Amino acid sequence: MKTTKRTLLRVMTALGLSTALPGLAQADELTLCWAAWDPANALVELSKDFTAQSGTQMKFEFVPWPNFADRILNELNSGGKLCDLLIGDSQWIGGSAENGYYVKLNDFFDKEGIKMSDFAEAAVNAYSTWPKGSPNYWALPAMGDANAWFYRKDWFSKPEIQAEFKEKTGRDLAPPTTWDELLETAKFFNGKEIDGKKVYGAAIFTERASEGITMGATQALYPYGFKYENTTGKYDMEGAVNSDGAVKGLEAYKDLYKCCTPPGYTDAYMGETLDAFKSGQAAMAMNWFAFFPGLAKDENVGGDKIGFFVNPKETTAASTLGGQGISVVANTDNMDGALAYIKWFAQPEVQKKWWQLGGYAVHDAVLNDPSFKDSQPFAADFLVAMNQVQDFWQEPSYAILLQAMQKRLHDFVVADQGTAKDALDGLVKDWTEILEDEGKL
Amino acid sequence: MINSDTTILEKSAKHAATSTPVSLARRIGGLSDRAIAWLFITPTIALLLAINIFPLIWAIRLSFTNYRANRPNAVLENVGLQNYHRVLTDSDIWIAMQTTAHFVFWTILLQTLIGFSLAYLIDRKFRGHAFWTTVILIPMMLSPAVVGNFWRFLYQPQIGLFNYIVSYVTGVPPSSFEMLGSVSLAPWSIIIVDTWMWTPYVMLICLAGLRSIPDYIYEAAEVDRASAWRQFWSITIPMALPFIMLAVLFRGIENFKMFDMVMLLTGGGPGSTTEVASITLKREAFESWRTGRASAFAIILFVAVFGLANIYVKALNKVKQR
Repeated sequence: MKTTKRTLLRVMTALGLSTALPGLAQADELTLCWAAWDPANALVELSKDFTAQSGTQMKFEFVPWPNFADRILNELNSGGKLCDLLIGDSQWIGGSAENGYYVKLNDFFDKEGIKMSDFAEAAVNAYSTWPKGSPNYWALPAMGDANAWFYRKDWFSKPEIQAEFKEKTGRDLAPPTTWDELLETAKFFNGKEIDGKKVYGAAIFTERASEGITMGATQALYPYGFKYENTTGKYDMEGAVNSDGAVKGLEAYKDLYKCCTPPGYTDAYMGETLDAFKSGQAAMAMNWFAFFPGLAKDENVGGDKIGFFVNPKETTAASTLGGQGISVVANTDNMDGALAYIKWFAQPEVQKKWWQLGGYAVHDAVLNDPSFKDSQPFAADFLVAMNQVQDFWQEPSYAILLQAMQKRLHDFVVADQGTAKDALDGLVKDWTEILEDEGKL
Repeated sequence: MINSDTTILEKSAKHAATSTPVSLARRIGGLSDRAIAWLFITPTIALLLAINIFPLIWAIRLSFTNYRANRPNAVLENVGLQNYHRVLTDSDIWIAMQTTAHFVFWTILLQTLIGFSLAYLIDRKFRGHAFWTTVILIPMMLSPAVVGNFWRFLYQPQIGLFNYIVSYVTGVPPSSFEMLGSVSLAPWSIIIVDTWMWTPYVMLICLAGLRSIPDYIYEAAEVDRASAWRQFWSITIPMALPFIMLAVLFRGIENFKMFDMVMLLTGGGPGSTTEVASITLKREAFESWRTGRASAFAIILFVAVFGLANIYVKALNKVKQR
């Protein structure tokens, strides 16, 4: 009997220990969480230097984009210890700062001599600060990014296509610089047969579940004058969100979707627009700069066949912000190790290597380098875009605000319900209710 | 001889006495059999309480508060019936409920009609009927995740087989319609997939019903010169009805909470055209993080399904008693 009891006790203890052990991180090991995409592979490569210098082993938890927010925000909300370091989306910073999920880095930056003035101002503002624009830093800018465009340079340079375009529009065929030109160019290419294959005007974001259609449509909304508030910080949205310009912008986006996207692209985000372009279906496509190094090297559509352009302007020049900062998760068991990684990552030479490997460094040592503009075919556009970026709400309630916009936009653009004015009026109503619930109004 | 027999008997009795298991209680430190019974079922009861009953009670509690799972440190306030009021007056939720009702109605109708017809055909014993039964059952053996992704490709307007078959039959160009991207076709695309996948399940239950009807009833009907049609309406349908109703109940409950297939096929889109109640609930709970309101919505759904299922089970019992 005693033996049985002892055995049982041993088994239970072993089971208990085995459950508890995974939670205990090794002191010389760090887990970095991020989205699973091209730049993440570059970061794995870059981090080998950190391991070589510090002896700290790096583990990575990369989550596919459609599940990234769900997975990681659940992790933070539940007080999990999966991540020591997190490259979280810019919109998360408000909630993560207010809920104590991120470590405030001001004292650390001061102690280690890390200056935020060494990084691009727009990036610091978007990726590091909360309240927005205040000198309270919750992250180090890690990956600058914006939504931009790429096109089939080889098609644009065919003499017969150029001549036909000139005849139809009266201007030379070139990458569009305004949304009117973008629509005109997309309509020109749409349905055309090139190299024996029917092609379409443009592949754009229409995804419903996470953030796709919002990140796509704001590429049209911002240049037409859409604003979140009339006065910054006042949440006075009437006349800003649903201004005449914003209505025109949303109509332009729907026009582009209806006229010129390949069939079946009703729920398309990053992967789908890349597919449309790589399979030779689309003359132009939108996507994040993060994918451009891979596109430029693509065997079928890269090299001389591809060109890049910054988001066309209309009444104003603007691009939708992407990108992230790197934060230390407050719940980490390896605070010293995590801070050491941030310190290492902030070094100018590491930032330079980060850019060389395919990451988008926003350190002045990289951006102000005279050779930067010519270092990649899209580098000059990246500089332009980062100087005109606009971001979605970064409020703690950003997820609810985003879902409301996803629904309103998809209902109008893809499901053909109501008018652009109805959609934006409805959005003002939704956002007012959400911000009232939050006590902001 | 007698002595010898007695010895054998005694030995056998002794052996039986020693080989019969001693009361388990005596082996485990003097516990009574009842205590041991409790000892064995306690983990099950504890598990049931922990994963079923406690979350339900906790959800009821949360439904009266402003709790948000992404703000665990925020002050919890009681909001009374406000969450229930907002759920019941939210037009988007009513639209989601209508979408769910549309989905449940058509899937059940189609699955019952086709499932019963297939069962009726399979029940006629023919050569290879066992093989065909297995073939028909294959769709329901697949994972919904696999089925969802598989049909996404089939519905793809440019390369999808479905569009090409429709095109072949009707002459309409395959790229001219989008099953998943069209407001009018998207709900039907989900109904088609669900019917394809779950009709075999209904068929199986109906087949059990048909096989349970004794042959002598049909033989008696034959003697009475009842026509095949008369036999079908007066014997087959009434006697298989409890099984059909059971299949309808199972599929109704299952489809009322349908999530995976819709999420994989359309994600609730285009717009909110195929956003069934479970997707709205998921968005409210895990994207908008309005945990209190989502709990109220979940309780309302639970009560609705539970209530409808109860009424239905009573009707089912009445049919069985006839």
